[in-house]
Amino acid sequence: MTRKQRRLNFVLLGMLALGAATALVLTAFNDSLVYFYSPSDLKERQIGPERRLRLGGLVEEGSVKRDGQTIRFVVTDTAATVAVVYNGQLPDLFREGQGVVAEGRLDNGVFQAAEVLAKHDENYMPKEVADALKKQGHWQEEKSAK
Amino acid sequence: MIPELGHYALVLALFVAFAQAVVPLVGAARGEVAWMEFGRAAALVQMLLIGVAFGALTWAYVVSDFSVANVAQNSHSAKPMLYKVAGVWANHEGSLLLWITILAAFGLAVAMGGRNLPPGLRARVLSVQAGITVGFLLFILFTSNPFDRLSPAPLNGNGLNPLLQDPGLAFHPPFLYLGYVGFSMAFSFAIAALIEGRVDPAWARWVRPWTLAAWTFLTLGIAMGSWWAYYELGWGGWWFWDPVENASFLPWLAGTALLHSAVVVEKRDALKSWTILLAIIAFSLSLLGTFLVRSGVLTSVHAFATDPARGVFILALLVIVTGGSLTLYAVRAPALKAGGLFAPISREGSLLLNNVLMATAAGTVLLGTLYPLIADALDLGKVSVGPPFFNMVFVPLMVPMIVVMAAGPLLAWKRGDLPGTLMRLRVALAITIAAFVATWAVMGGGVGQLAAAGGIALAVWLFCGTLAEFAERIRLFRVSPGESLRRAARLPRAAWGMTITHAGLAVVVAGITGSSAWQVEKIQVMRPGETVEVSGYSYTFTGVVEGREDNYAFTRGRFEVGREGRPITVMEPEKRQYANPPRPTTEAAIHGTFLGDLYAAIGDADGTGGWVTRIYFNPLVPWMWTGGLMLVFGGLVSLTDRRHRVGAPTRGRVAADAAAQPAE
Repeated sequence: MTRKQRRLNFVLLGMLALGAATALVLTAFNDSLVYFYSPSDLKERQIGPERRLRLGGLVEEGSVKRDGQTIRFVVTDTAATVAVVYNGQLPDLFREGQGVVAEGRLDNGVFQAAEVLAKHDENYMPKEVADALKKQGHWQEEKSAK
Repeated sequence: MIPELGHYALVLALFVAFAQAVVPLVGAARGEVAWMEFGRAAALVQMLLIGVAFGALTWAYVVSDFSVANVAQNSHSAKPMLYKVAGVWANHEGSLLLWITILAAFGLAVAMGGRNLPPGLRARVLSVQAGITVGFLLFILFTSNPFDRLSPAPLNGNGLNPLLQDPGLAFHPPFLYLGYVGFSMAFSFAIAALIEGRVDPAWARWVRPWTLAAWTFLTLGIAMGSWWAYYELGWGGWWFWDPVENASFLPWLAGTALLHSAVVVEKRDALKSWTILLAIIAFSLSLLGTFLVRSGVLTSVHAFATDPARGVFILALLVIVTGGSLTLYAVRAPALKAGGLFAPISREGSLLLNNVLMATAAGTVLLGTLYPLIADALDLGKVSVGPPFFNMVFVPLMVPMIVVMAAGPLLAWKRGDLPGTLMRLRVALAITIAAFVATWAVMGGGVGQLAAAGGIALAVWLFCGTLAEFAERIRLFRVSPGESLRRAARLPRAAWGMTITHAGLAVVVAGITGSSAWQVEKIQVMRPGETVEVSGYSYTFTGVVEGREDNYAFTRGRFEVGREGRPITVMEPEKRQYANPPRPTTEAAIHGTFLGDLYAAIGDADGTGGWVTRIYFNPLVPWMWTGGLMLVFGGLVSLTDRRHRVGAPTRGRVAADAAAQPAE
């Protein structure tokens, strides 16, 4: 085999891998990209229960209710609110008045969370939540400091 | 006083590093022996200075000097000593100091060890290494000084995040960094080779042990982090495709590819410029990992407190290092002479396939990790890319790799004999098919179990293929058992290392398959005296006790676990409330068995005498940790190979090097 042939093989193999990867990425993107919405975004847009999405905002004070292992709470960005139902264990750092990100589906205006994301650090505000709150003009810089 | 000493030592180290980045490089270009030798002395001085700085910060933590801002923010006088020390690197500034300390230690290792390195190459390697140090020292001194003072000093500190107060995590960052920074060695060697315009088998032989060491540490670091997430976060999961996890996984993928392509350079003098490129990529991905973790541009469960200025600085560093080295590569790589030819079906061919698939996998993981940033920048909306994406992309790429991985080591160099190799694997193939059918039948058949049975079959295939290759080497059953043993004892350690790591990966694959396909999860409210059944084990909840330790209060649940009426164990998961800083954590109770982990965690009280409990059966998870340890052990065994230390081939180009040889 000549050098040229070998190089051709190399290139073909590379192209094949690249093509396969592109195909995989495109299909996977189609099925598994999860968009982030604030409660105001959700109100504006009509999104059906077939789409998995992320909801972020603050847990409204006094809204957390437990019923066995089912937990209900309200996520707010101070302009709009969305009721959330979650069946499972909340992360240790889940608190009223703190930032939260939930992943799940919106069913008839109620957000069915499959997952509530935990943060390792309670000073930390998820970036998307911070941006969403900034949009509503309710962002206090000192909260983000540190 | 001591913190100021540490700060001063860092500033001095910056000047030394700057000199070291320039003088040996110029010396190597001009053939000035004294200038080249300067690099070795500078590396030693630099290590001492950075060691002083690291010692000073550690001292401040040990004596709880809260006048140092970093200590006040991350430590507390009531913390156990282990976590005071671990606190040094459990924060941004300190972890960067650890990074530089390890970088300096690697630099010193090149300066002192490797006597058979040509002085010119060593001088250039030391210069590149010092260049990286300069970048990071500037970063520390200008944006993240760990020695900043607080005035007035607080009476006590904020304490360390209790999630991090854990023996598994105390040593996770140092190992991860040993891996990250270890790839800087491969990088420095690659840049030095580009400057020299020369890559040959000797070069590969010098690079391999460093890459291997980095890879081994990184593997251990990743395994420790994953293990920690498994038992500490209380979700029963061990890998979440979180950006920060990906950040450590990307260099691992590139490093694995590099390790294998360096073999081809060493044995066959081929794939040279590709290997150089991989070395650049592996280290760039390490830097990118640092950037992702430190800048907080991505939403992650880890999310350290962040500061945009720092992110920009690391990004600039990343652009200079990656951009600069790729430019150098573009200019110099065509000058590298192409080496030995090989047929597509050959050992080289299989290693190349490993490389292509590893690199592609790294590329797709990188895309998935960065896509939220890209989408945000292009205003495509805020997205997150979750585990489904990574599983869908990563698994199909790894399947062919593992299939080939069993056969590759059996192929001959240059031109392999595929039918012959398959003949030698016929037993392995038969066992694999049997394993597939058995797994499928035992798990109840059906379409849903096909993938899981396939995963197990893949693991069996790799395991048996690896053993078949080993049996071939020691000519098992074809010569007397005593002769086989003698052959095994005489095998190079690198061969042992390969067998152990490949078998280890097989065990990991089985563990991953089992835990993702057959995990059983039950979440319920339980009152004392109630029993639930999970995967054939009965868990009787007997209530909770409350208590208090030095730095936390706990609520401890108690489960009596039995199987078919026989008591097996008692499991006591806890919820802890730490005092400094005030924060709750979950401590799952885990009881390992050969086939899987029994895993119990306790949640909140429901207010009427019941408790939310989560009980899992995690099949084959212990296999993952066992396999992970095998990977690390195999890496260590391979590192002890004599060939890495002595008898490195001498270079052909004697004249040029001899001129630069110091009179010893």
